[in-house]
Amino acid sequence: MEDLFSIFVRAIFIDNMVFAYFLGMCSYLAVSRTVTTSVGLGAAVIFVLGFTVPVNYLLENFILSRGALSWLGPQFAAVDLSFLTFIMFIAIIAAMVQLVEMLIEKLSPTLYSSLGIFLPLIAVNCAILGGSLFMQERNYANITEAISFGLGSGAGFFLAIVGIAAIREKIRYSNVPAPLRGLGITYIITGLMGIAFMSFMGIEL
Amino acid sequence: MSEKNTAPKETLFSPKNRKLLTEPIGKENPITVQVLGICSVLAITVQLEASLVMAISVVAVMGSANVIISLLRHGIPPRIRIIVQLTVIASLVVLVDQILKAFLYDVSRQLSVFVGLIITNCIIMGRLEAFALSNKVWPSFLDGIGNAAGYGSILLLLAAIRELLGSGTLMGYQVIPNFIYQIGYEDNGLMILPPMALITVGIIIWVHRHRDRSLVDVS
Repeated sequence: MEDLFSIFVRAIFIDNMVFAYFLGMCSYLAVSRTVTTSVGLGAAVIFVLGFTVPVNYLLENFILSRGALSWLGPQFAAVDLSFLTFIMFIAIIAAMVQLVEMLIEKLSPTLYSSLGIFLPLIAVNCAILGGSLFMQERNYANITEAISFGLGSGAGFFLAIVGIAAIREKIRYSNVPAPLRGLGITYIITGLMGIAFMSFMGIEL
Repeated sequence: MSEKNTAPKETLFSPKNRKLLTEPIGKENPITVQVLGICSVLAITVQLEASLVMAISVVAVMGSANVIISLLRHGIPPRIRIIVQLTVIASLVVLVDQILKAFLYDVSRQLSVFVGLIITNCIIMGRLEAFALSNKVWPSFLDGIGNAAGYGSILLLLAAIRELLGSGTLMGYQVIPNFIYQIGYEDNGLMILPPMALITVGIIIWVHRHRDRSLVDVS
């Protein structure tokens, strides 16, 4: 149990998707104009990451990696399908995003209309595929660890996008040099936020 | 082919086609103007060598993805086009990944998951959607190469700045002579850390928009 909690906290603060690995940068910059839309996108990312990371974990461990097919019989023990990883992961992600979209449309039409175009765009958000690939690199022991890693990474993204949106709403009233306005200043603020997040580095959990 | 037939047809490097190739390097740069494909730019620019490999990979994937999608553009049903595009890109990236693993193993270890993340690099997806789906093969090819080159140029510029100031080397060779270190010069360790990549891009955007006032964000 402690293990799961420390993986969760690590994924939020120390290995933050946005500040430590720059994943999901495109939607992070494009959708962070107001706090309300960024809360919606952040919640959707938590949801999708919490689903896709464990599903891809099962896929990786029971189908793709070397020797994973041995549950079919001893003659499959030497099969190594790991070169299919990218295609399978992205297919799962695209399918899951489609599924989540259909579920939300059915269960909560108001949330669906407020998320709008962002929902399908999550499929090409690099944070989602990045989460699965990091999960593969770090060899988590079982599926609950993979779930807590997925939820933690999503929460880290949520925190980052809501934070930058709040700062951007405030900075509209500041006197920023004209060529730096908009994109440029957003990069620099993100850099400064990243430096702040680096203070978590080196903490052992 | 007779003279009469070729006259109305556009030549391979007509001004319009040349513009497709050169615009994305400056005025329509994918990184600083269109805000596409940021993630990998920031993460792998600590060293020039890795960035060079990454830039070449993206040029290869993007040029061929644009050609393939442009060839298929009349056969793809619009409802499933995203899945088709992702499959094409993913197959090309698998090829690049296997080639890197076979011939440049060290660099491929260094790039870690970021080769795989070329798949979700929004610059590729974005150009497929915006250009290749509605244009002929040759312009699409030029558009792909041009945008990838614009991406690569920022990548290399950033990597050169960071590696020179951060570790005093370029491509792994020491550039700053020893006597400067003896006077008391020190490498700026901050440049190697991830946040400085963001701040450096911010400064590049500042300089770019200062020189070209039409790009200034008025909102």
